[in-house]
Amino acid sequence: MNTHAHEADMAATTPGSFQGPDAQGRVQLSGDWTLAHATRLERALAALSAREAGVQRIDAQALGKVDTAGASLLLQLAGGAGLEQFDALAPRHARLLAAVAQADAEPLPAPVREGVGDFIAGIGAAVLAIWRDALRLVSFLGLLLATLPRVLVSPQRWRVAPWVVQIHQTGLNAVPIIALLTFLVGAVVAFLGATILREFGATLYTVDLIAFSFLREFGVLLTAIMVAGRSGSAFTAQLGSMKSREEIDAIRTLGMDPVQVLVVPRALALLVSLPLLTVLAMLSGILGGAVVCALALDISPMMYFSRIHDTLEVRHFWVGMSKAPLFALMIALIGCLEGFKVAGSAESVGKHTTSSVVQSIFVVILIDALAAVFFMEMGW
Amino acid sequence: MSAVVEQAREAVVRVRGMRNQFGTQVVHENLDLDLHRGEILGVVGGSGSGKSVLMRSIIGLNRAAAGSVQLFGEDVGPMSQAQRQRLDRRCGVLFQYGALFSSLSVAENIQVPMRELGGLSVPMMQRLAALKLALAGLPAGAGEKFPSQLSGGMIKRAALARALALDAELLFLDEPTAGLDPIGAAAFDQLILTLRDSLGLTVFLITHDLDTLHTICDRVAVLSQKRVLVADTLDNVARHPDRWIQDYFHGPRGRAAQLTASTQAGVVTP
Repeated sequence: MNTHAHEADMAATTPGSFQGPDAQGRVQLSGDWTLAHATRLERALAALSAREAGVQRIDAQALGKVDTAGASLLLQLAGGAGLEQFDALAPRHARLLAAVAQADAEPLPAPVREGVGDFIAGIGAAVLAIWRDALRLVSFLGLLLATLPRVLVSPQRWRVAPWVVQIHQTGLNAVPIIALLTFLVGAVVAFLGATILREFGATLYTVDLIAFSFLREFGVLLTAIMVAGRSGSAFTAQLGSMKSREEIDAIRTLGMDPVQVLVVPRALALLVSLPLLTVLAMLSGILGGAVVCALALDISPMMYFSRIHDTLEVRHFWVGMSKAPLFALMIALIGCLEGFKVAGSAESVGKHTTSSVVQSIFVVILIDALAAVFFMEMGW
Repeated sequence: MSAVVEQAREAVVRVRGMRNQFGTQVVHENLDLDLHRGEILGVVGGSGSGKSVLMRSIIGLNRAAAGSVQLFGEDVGPMSQAQRQRLDRRCGVLFQYGALFSSLSVAENIQVPMRELGGLSVPMMQRLAALKLALAGLPAGAGEKFPSQLSGGMIKRAALARALALDAELLFLDEPTAGLDPIGAAAFDQLILTLRDSLGLTVFLITHDLDTLHTICDRVAVLSQKRVLVADTLDNVARHPDRWIQDYFHGPRGRAAQLTASTQAGVVTP
């Protein structure tokens, strides 16, 4: 029923058109001058002005519906003389044309085209932006390190509830995903090791490989990357939307320090949860290796763990663990700083969240590489 | 007699027996409302009386638990998605905070519905965007700005320009003058009035602004006790014995607005 009405509706719209101008420069309008027919009418008008035919009078007797798009085109047809040129214009059309003529739209400024110079300038700007970002990160680190002791020495400034909430969100809630992930990576490393070491008849060394790599590198690295993706991004999005809704300004005007209120609890929470998650990741990775060893390599769990116990020194554990607080600090720092950089739009929140994750993973891997060189030189 | 007049006018929006409910909280119960072609209907009511919910139910953002809504004489209940979208194009909505897309410039915001409609050339869209900007009373330079760079009043005007992008016949305004200074608010009222007269719009206007009610609204609908308590000309509504209405129109602010309106009328008449 409605569909029929709709079709009848469409049929009732007669496309707008015009005849002429004739020898006296008279133009006959007909049909509906509406948005639906705007493109066709615009082309017809362009063709008309190309012919340079003088339009003297416009007869609006048979003019149907008109909307603002049509009115704008009609005024273009009329040229400079505007409303004066129309004959038999219905009052409602006259009102509309007058309003559109009065609005007298200046054309929108044309978009600026980019040249080679702009491209090179863009590269320079990008390099400068990286430099500025690095400076800001360092100064933000300084700010946090200056704030931390002040907070820690006065117990009335401890924000226990937000701190615990953050530990819950960044630590406890991440347990399943990190345990699963590292378990699987442990299993994969076991398979890899087994495949290569079997050729040398050294299958048992698979155990060393797994335990070694997870204690020193994989446990903390995988955890840090997961936390950067999970919690670093969350920090940026939380602080970013607070920033764009002026909540951070509100904190300032209430006489509080946003770093103390927002950054310190998050940083302290990551400093607790990331090391704990790292321990979990180490255990879970070693467990994943144990399962593969038991099922595919005929190394019984008993043998597996006694091998670890006999050959592995505890310093490897500490080498891995020593990196965890550093990673935690950097992830919290970058996440919060990017959040503070958010300006206004929803797009900005997205951009800085992406940037936060990319930067923290980059920094984590960079620190890890430097640390590996350091520990090797030290012989730890 | 008034019934005869009512019948003669085409109801662009016709709500019958609407019921809205969130959980156990009933917002509307058996609500009826008519909006006639070419009129500006002011919708007032206390905070939480469901003005915005009513608007959202009419424009289809919220599905009423019961009752019917007719837009342009068609019942929207059994409509297909495509039919609904065709009707949506005839409606323009100005949200309370503008709801401009923050990642697009103002001109791009206005062009969004045109692009979606398709078939328009880029120069044509540019030209129409410039026209809508000018109609909404913004300078052409505002077109390339982003919403975060605009003042509150400019955001409202830009959002109005977007609502008018496809030449909507029916305009929904949610507190258009809230947050504007009195001069800006008065200018915005005049803008709505001018656009209604020149473009032949029908306007559904939610407001708390008594000046707006006095200066531009043809009729006022009062939302109270979960329904439209009364919908009539301002003078008739103000005479309604309901306690809330009396407080609303005859409180200190109501009297001040009335006074301003009558002085303004006095200036215009001679």
